[in-house]
Amino acid sequence: MSEILRVENLRKSYDGFLAVNGVSFAVAKGELKALIGPNGAGKSTCFNMLMGQLKPSAGEVYLDGQRITGKRPREIWRRGVGRTFQITGTYQSMSVIENVQMALMSHHKRIFSIAPRAWKLYRDEAMGFLDTVSMADQADRPCSVLAYGDLKRLELAIALCHRPRLLLMDEPTAGMAPSARIELMQLVADIVRDQGVSVLFTEHDMDVVFAHAHHIMVLNRGELIADGSATEVRNNPQVQEVYLGGGTLFKEDANA
Amino acid sequence: MLSVERIHSYYGKAHILNDLSFEVRRGEVVALLGRNGAGKSTTMKSVMQLLRPRQGQVTFQGRDLVGEPAFRVAKCGIGYVPEDRRIFTDLTVLENLEVGRQPRREDAPFWTQEQLFEIFPNLYERRANRGKHMSGGEQQMLTIARTLMGNPALLLLDEPSEGIAPVIVEQMAETIKTLKEEGLTVMISEQNLHFARAVADRAIIIEGGEKKFDGSFAELEAHPEIRDAYLSV
Amino acid sequence: MAFFFAQFLTGLANAAALFLVASGLSLIFGVTRIVNFAHGSFYMLGAFIGVVLMDLLPGHVGFWGAILLTGLAVGLIGALVEMVVLRPIYRAPELFQLVATFGVILVIQDLALMIWGAEDRLGPRAPGLRGVWRIFGEPVPKYDIVLIAITPVILFALWYLIARTRLGVLVRAATQDREMVGALGVNQAWLFTGVFALGSALAGLGGALQLPKGGADLLMDFNIIGAVFVVVVIGGMGSLPGAFIASVLISVLNVFGVTYLPQSTLVLMYVVMAVVLIVRPYGLLGREEVAGEHGQVGAPETPIRPYGPKGMALVAVLLALLALLPVFAEPFVLTLVVDMVVFALFAASLHFILGSGGLVSFGHAAFFGGGAYAAALLVYHTGTPMELAFLFAPLAAGLLALGIGWFCIRLTGVYFAMLTLAFSQLVWSLAFQWRSVTRGDDGLVNIWPAEWLSGDITYYYFALAFGIGGILVLRHVIHAPFGYALRAGRDSPRQAEATGIDVKRVQFAAFALAGAMAGLAGGIFVFSKGSVFPTELEIAKSFDALIVVFLGGVKTLAGGVVGAGFMTVVEDWLVRLEYWRLLLGLVIIAVVILMPEGIVGTLRTLWRRIRHSDEEAV
Ligand SMILES: Nc1ncnc2c1ncn2[C@@H]1O[C@H](COP(=O)(O)OP(=O)(O)OP(=O)(O)O)[C@@H](O)[C@H]1O
Ligand SMILES: Nc1ncnc2c1ncn2[C@@H]1O[C@H](COP(=O)(O)OP(=O)(O)OP(=O)(O)O)[C@@H](O)[C@H]1O
Ligand SMILES: [Mg+2]
Ligand SMILES: [Mg+2]
Repeated sequence: MSEILRVENLRKSYDGFLAVNGVSFAVAKGELKALIGPNGAGKSTCFNMLMGQLKPSAGEVYLDGQRITGKRPREIWRRGVGRTFQITGTYQSMSVIENVQMALMSHHKRIFSIAPRAWKLYRDEAMGFLDTVSMADQADRPCSVLAYGDLKRLELAIALCHRPRLLLMDEPTAGMAPSARIELMQLVADIVRDQGVSVLFTEHDMDVVFAHAHHIMVLNRGELIADGSATEVRNNPQVQEVYLGGGTLFKEDANA
Repeated sequence: MLSVERIHSYYGKAHILNDLSFEVRRGEVVALLGRNGAGKSTTMKSVMQLLRPRQGQVTFQGRDLVGEPAFRVAKCGIGYVPEDRRIFTDLTVLENLEVGRQPRREDAPFWTQEQLFEIFPNLYERRANRGKHMSGGEQQMLTIARTLMGNPALLLLDEPSEGIAPVIVEQMAETIKTLKEEGLTVMISEQNLHFARAVADRAIIIEGGEKKFDGSFAELEAHPEIRDAYLSV
Repeated sequence: MAFFFAQFLTGLANAAALFLVASGLSLIFGVTRIVNFAHGSFYMLGAFIGVVLMDLLPGHVGFWGAILLTGLAVGLIGALVEMVVLRPIYRAPELFQLVATFGVILVIQDLALMIWGAEDRLGPRAPGLRGVWRIFGEPVPKYDIVLIAITPVILFALWYLIARTRLGVLVRAATQDREMVGALGVNQAWLFTGVFALGSALAGLGGALQLPKGGADLLMDFNIIGAVFVVVVIGGMGSLPGAFIASVLISVLNVFGVTYLPQSTLVLMYVVMAVVLIVRPYGLLGREEVAGEHGQVGAPETPIRPYGPKGMALVAVLLALLALLPVFAEPFVLTLVVDMVVFALFAASLHFILGSGGLVSFGHAAFFGGGAYAAALLVYHTGTPMELAFLFAPLAAGLLALGIGWFCIRLTGVYFAMLTLAFSQLVWSLAFQWRSVTRGDDGLVNIWPAEWLSGDITYYYFALAFGIGGILVLRHVIHAPFGYALRAGRDSPRQAEATGIDVKRVQFAAFALAGAMAGLAGGIFVFSKGSVFPTELEIAKSFDALIVVFLGGVKTLAGGVVGAGFMTVVEDWLVRLEYWRLLLGLVIIAVVILMPEGIVGTLRTLWRRIRHSDEEAV
């Protein structure tokens, strides 16, 4: 199995505080991989370094064999990495579908064109993406009135527009109702299966993680302490101590 | 302790809460459940007067709150933890806590910084960090701690477990139980049913801004059709 | 060497007043996010009130007592302004309040004129401190030494208040999210009033303290405000020690400038500011600014749409009216309409980057005046035919915008605003002081249109075609992918970058386009007046545009144009009266309070409400 993403000895220090301390891992093509860990472990920091929002203090990142360390977000995007954010970032002054159209305009390299009416461009294509995340019925609502969970789904649609090879999702289901979480992750799993996209995501909802992740990595205080299957991670005493706790708040079957 | 009577709230002309009534009794932990967009956060904002209900009454310990500025509502003893955190990103952790500090009140548990640091050890470790340099979950902890610094008698928690590691959520569940024993009244809006069930005595389910269920978790268990219709777990 | 040192001390002493005013401005901005243009007016009030009080109160105690009382009085006036003018509009879009403060300037100017008359007042000397001390043999006024000693004390007291006390923590928290501070049980309305009063009091103190070195006159407000902005920006917004260092820097520089480089005094300060901002984008001690995200921004913007059939019809009717105007209107009406169109295009170009791009430029006049000067210089020096020179106006302005934009676009928010201001001042001082080319304040005259365009009516149509044409082009661009990308970069730069939009490049291009359009307006302007003077490049000109954009409504597409039309008419009507500033100021304040979404925005909301209640009735 070949790798889509390879990370070597990644480090980030904020004024001497080591938020990420020598992390190495790989994500295989077509894999749905979770990165979990306590609050402040350095997950978002890792993501920001992978996607270029932050420059690593040391270490290398390779996308499909090509070095992308320290490149800008939009260059990394161009090479086929999409991402969603922990705190959503959508265009508040536009309607839902216009948010997606905007991403499509960027995908089709139409950012600097001044002739056409933007809201007529790629409408059908955008509707398709909204349909994928079941937001088609809200297409013409202003983005500023959406419920939080819907914003998350909109962000996913935006990230899909460039047909990414790798999708980075920082807490994709945060703020959603349990059923919606399962639905969304099912959707992501379908995308992984059908389109061969690889996904790396962080999450604090263990129902979601154990149900969908092919592999799980655990980060603690900037260092990887586990990398393996759901059962391995779940039964790892160190992971239980620093992160999972007694397991009273999640179950394999959510109805228990 | 808190009684909400037939309130109607709007964002602009969008009618969000429709004739919503409920009560929260002293010493109780109530969970406000519902799907995304059901109106849970709007309910909390309407209690807090961050959004003024156009009709209806909100009474807290016999005092009518509708039309009062938010700071006076807070002074009455209601603490509010918003879902979008809203920490002061330029202030340090300690300064964020300082903003929340209010004098001790008789009818509510008293909090010190040290006690809060015990519950949220991350905060102690990062106490000199600016808010904007905190991880998502750390920010969530900080909002809760900041509100507790005001020694509220009634605590409104909007999705407190969101983005928090399971161990800490477990601790938080314990904390809320302890709080309850100390006489604090809590209303939580939750999506995490495990968590809600672990801490709350009673569930209120809303959907489309209307109340659909109000009763104990045992009752809710007994009527899976309600759960399926409004919570779709 | 001794002379050098004495000069340095003079600079330090001059820094006292500047620092007081600047720290007040910085404080007010830091907490309320209001760029208080009226701060210079509080300084002026301080000077006048100080003169009056010092006359009344005798002796040592009287002098220093008068200064403290002045601070108190101006603080109270500040509190009043905050409660009456600003409190109703905190929820309006960011920076909207600066329009109101502009209204306050006008009101205070005329009130001061009414009360104290147009004559300059000389400040009384400080009792017991009349003479000089000799330092290294050079005379240094005793009062200067006292000022030098007082300033650090005030600096320390203020710093302690903000950095170390609970009040300071609350104040800084409220800066970011006043609603949340309220929800935590703090009465933030009074917090704001208090800070505004304190800031104003500092300005008043500054005005009174400088009396023995200067005096009181009606131009003080505008004379100091430029320097104060520069100080606050160089020091770093919200940083008190920064403001102190910058005050000293600017004052000392000024003293030496007057001695050694008298012909370039105007630019010096702005050059320093530009250099500092290019090297340290957030000022010497400033930190990157995070705009308050909650509780201050007002209703979110609604998605935009081109006009439907009804809107189109309305625009068509208006255009037809304008086209038919020469048939029945007097020539002076045509001139007024040309002025209006010129102003509308100028405002629309600013509105384009401000509204869609979120880039608040305080120096847009550089491109308007730049275009006008470019065309005029060509005609004046080379006798280029008017048609060519006219086309050169937008071209030159666009190029100028490319140059200035290259430096400015990397900044955001108030820093961006200030750097554009600095560059426009540079352009202005060039026009003002490079006499051999620009003829300084004599201006360039006899710049008339070509023969075939010279009739009143012909030029009217010419102006209409290019003016309205420019506005329509801008509107079209807003609805095009480029305009959308511009808004995307404003709404969420992070998301935009993560989906492949080069935000800075988009903003850069938009800035250049806006510059070119402002230049086009300048071109129309210069050939309609036949002359151009440095006033077209002044700060006041930039502010005019800014104000009409806000008055019209930032969050609406027609805001700039409608605001410009409104302002031209109101001004034309008011200037005939004696105290027209007072009235204009009151009109501006009234519009701001009654129509917090701007004229167009408020009308739109009203219209929606009417339509909605219709639907309900049906
Ligand atoms: N700019 C910064 N300066 C200083 N410290 C920072 C900065 N950004 C993050 N940190 C610290 O680095 C650590 C890692 O943060 P990060 O956001 O990566 O955590 P995380 O694993 O995503 O946590 P969560 O699950 O709570 O979102 C945290 O302790 C945080 O306080
Ligand atoms: N500022 C706003 N303006 C207009 N509509 C809004 C605004 N905020 C929320 N809404 C709408 O109000 C409805 C209720 O929102 P609310 O935030 O109360 O839901 P919620 O139950 O808290 O959902 P969630 O679980 O996603 O937080 C939603 O349909 C939402 O779209
Ligand atoms: Mg994170
Ligand atoms: Mg909510």
